[in-house]
Amino acid sequence: MDALTEERNQGFLHRFFIFWDKIGILLVFIMVCVIFGILNPVFFNPLNIINVIRQVSIIGVMAVGMTLVILLGLIDLSVGSIVAFAGIIAAGFQVKWGGSLFLSLVIPLLIGAGIGFFNGYVSTKGEIHPFIVTLGSMSIFRGATLLVAKGKPISGMSPAFRFIGAGMIGPIPFPVILFLGCVIIVGIMLKRTVFGRYIYAIGGNREAALLSGIMVDRVKILTYTILGTLSGLSALILTSRLNSGELVAGQGYELDVIASVVIGGTSMMGGEGGVYGTLIGALLIGVISNGLNLLGVQPYWQLMVKGTIIILAVLMDRMKRRFRTV
Amino acid sequence: MNNGDCILRFENVTKRFPGVLALDNVSFDVVKGEVHALVGENGAGKSTLIKIVTGVYQKSSGTVFFQGKAIDYQNPHEALRSGIAAIYQELNLIPALTVAENIFMGHHFRNERGLVDWKKMKEEAQKIINFLEVDVDIDAQVGSLGVAKKQVVEIAKALSLNAQVLIMDEPTAALAKKEIETLFRIIRFLKTQGVTIIYISHHLDEIFAISDRVTVLRDGKHVSTTNTSALTIDDLIKMMVGRKLVEQFPYVNHQFEDEVLRVENLNRKGVLHGISFSLKKGQIVGIAGMVGSGRTELLRAIYGLDPIDTGKIFVKGQEVKIRSPQDAINLGIALLPEERKTQGLVLLLSVIDNIGLPSLSKIANHGFINDNELNRITSEMVKMMDIKTPSFDQKTMFLSGGNQQKVVLGKWFARECDIYLFDEPTRGIDVGAKVEIYHLMNKLIKRGAAILMVSSELPEILGMSDQILVMKEGTITGQLSRQNANQEEVLKLAIGGGHLGGRSD
Repeated sequence: MDALTEERNQGFLHRFFIFWDKIGILLVFIMVCVIFGILNPVFFNPLNIINVIRQVSIIGVMAVGMTLVILLGLIDLSVGSIVAFAGIIAAGFQVKWGGSLFLSLVIPLLIGAGIGFFNGYVSTKGEIHPFIVTLGSMSIFRGATLLVAKGKPISGMSPAFRFIGAGMIGPIPFPVILFLGCVIIVGIMLKRTVFGRYIYAIGGNREAALLSGIMVDRVKILTYTILGTLSGLSALILTSRLNSGELVAGQGYELDVIASVVIGGTSMMGGEGGVYGTLIGALLIGVISNGLNLLGVQPYWQLMVKGTIIILAVLMDRMKRRFRTV
Repeated sequence: MNNGDCILRFENVTKRFPGVLALDNVSFDVVKGEVHALVGENGAGKSTLIKIVTGVYQKSSGTVFFQGKAIDYQNPHEALRSGIAAIYQELNLIPALTVAENIFMGHHFRNERGLVDWKKMKEEAQKIINFLEVDVDIDAQVGSLGVAKKQVVEIAKALSLNAQVLIMDEPTAALAKKEIETLFRIIRFLKTQGVTIIYISHHLDEIFAISDRVTVLRDGKHVSTTNTSALTIDDLIKMMVGRKLVEQFPYVNHQFEDEVLRVENLNRKGVLHGISFSLKKGQIVGIAGMVGSGRTELLRAIYGLDPIDTGKIFVKGQEVKIRSPQDAINLGIALLPEERKTQGLVLLLSVIDNIGLPSLSKIANHGFINDNELNRITSEMVKMMDIKTPSFDQKTMFLSGGNQQKVVLGKWFARECDIYLFDEPTRGIDVGAKVEIYHLMNKLIKRGAAILMVSSELPEILGMSDQILVMKEGTITGQLSRQNANQEEVLKLAIGGGHLGGRSD
């Protein structure tokens, strides 16, 4: 009798976690939306929805890249500073150094890629934990931002440049298209390309991947470079939307970016997860701050709610793993 | 209390994993004070059974009785508290702490102020060590001890908790012959003290040397529980595999062709000295030697994992520089590493992902994976290797050890290399699966490959190789042909005597 009940329970738990693995976070997301919608009907106003997704895009684009890094079992803390530095350079090319649209788009992306490459190269070849390397980069490029800007924000972009962050294609904001484009491209890349499968293999077992002939260091460096480039893209969106290269731009973004990935179900241990979860994770964070704002909840409550959700998400991941080993 | 006093009883114990029936209505008794051996092929359910007793897993149905009471431990801690301890292959000690601390880890003595009572702890630890009559310094750091002494510490740890049942999973895997004798002495002594031992090993000679009774499991089912003295090795093998093994080493006379690999005067400071040999298409060359003789290091050097200082490597007559495993694979060299779980497989990934891993770049089109081709390769390998898996998408962590090893073989079969470097191809694998793997080696040879095989099991080297290299302290001390090689000769070259190939530095 007891054994039977236990078996049924295990079967239930097993099915529950398989189910959770697939769409659990999506369900939570829908529930949160419904609750906010009931508490304040403005939440489902199309303008509000578009507003939320637009806000999410900046974090989201970086979270797509961060998903790859975390899938490898690694981390990058420098994304916020890349946003600031690449952003101030974009603003510089717009306002101070000749106003070329082309340069103000391309150079920040290259700078993002370069910093990403630096992070990847130093941590792999120098055999330093990426936590340390990117902690260093975080400080270096925050300082570099202040240096370039000489302590003052650079404002006043051209209309063409402003399109990136503020433009619309039909009813949809341009940043949203960029964000969803990144999700789809990286999603396909992870599933269908050799590079994508290598990321899962390395994150799952670095040694086995190495012995299988995978150039592990090269994949890691390339992954950091991709994240750096995407952070450069976020910098363009943010600078364009603010119409200004700000000194404090991107400060604390790394937390939201990492949170989006983790809430989306990608394991910090590497090897498991994906970019569609990250999409939901980023949206969930955006929806929660928007919903709480609409309800007039003070910002410090929002921080506490966000923190709680991050811990709960990782707790679910833990339980999933523990159940699997049983 | 008579002799038939049963301490542990299994009644219809069943364990289901998603898609796998690991234990199927297993029933048998373990008698107090006996050494009870548990044997079976990989995947037979030995580990699962042990993990149920020790609370790592929970059974799906059935009952386990310990000292007459039905038990259902939820974690190893509960089992330990009740007197059931297990010592696994991977020892669970903390290297930076002392022997005494490790023995009492988790139940430190405390004085009245709540601080650690070091004096009492050392006294008690010394008592247990004395009791075991072994020479272990209780103040030594565990990390500085050899495997045999670490094992003694594990046993002492179990005794400190007053273990009634001590489960040993492959306890001799890393022990030298003399250390095995010490272990057996301890086991016999514990027996006289009324401790029951459950002994798991692939080495059947050990089973006969130490056990009173033996239980055979096969495919999750209980086959028999018999007095060991009533059996022969052949009986036991027959019960384990369910059929009679025709031949232990299915050696076929190979036709050698051109040389595919030649190593000339290879040196790596402190590791390899003046290594020269050659390998022909269609040939199996075995490398014998003690652990630490440089066997694995030689394979690693050829595979581009460790840099070499001087020396030349020729593949099919061309001198090559191999700087990474990728270089090696591009030249048609594959390495099957000794640890399948940590080196051979990505356990989080599926069967298809693991089998495809080395071949992905080959079957990709502009970086995109050709799914049809990947499916075709995988189904071919699953069929050829007879891999038992519910689907290609099953994560390899859920497969049994033997099936995992077949996936590792499959991934390199699929890559179609010319030179296969095998490091301990049958370690931790049961008799039946071993023969399967030898047959697969023959298949590789038939396909036109050459094999360089490192093994600690001398019969395997003698049984399968065309040519035998013996290594000692990083040098090749002798090369023997199949006809001239015997156990004595190889051991002489591996352990004692003078060097035939001189050291180069």
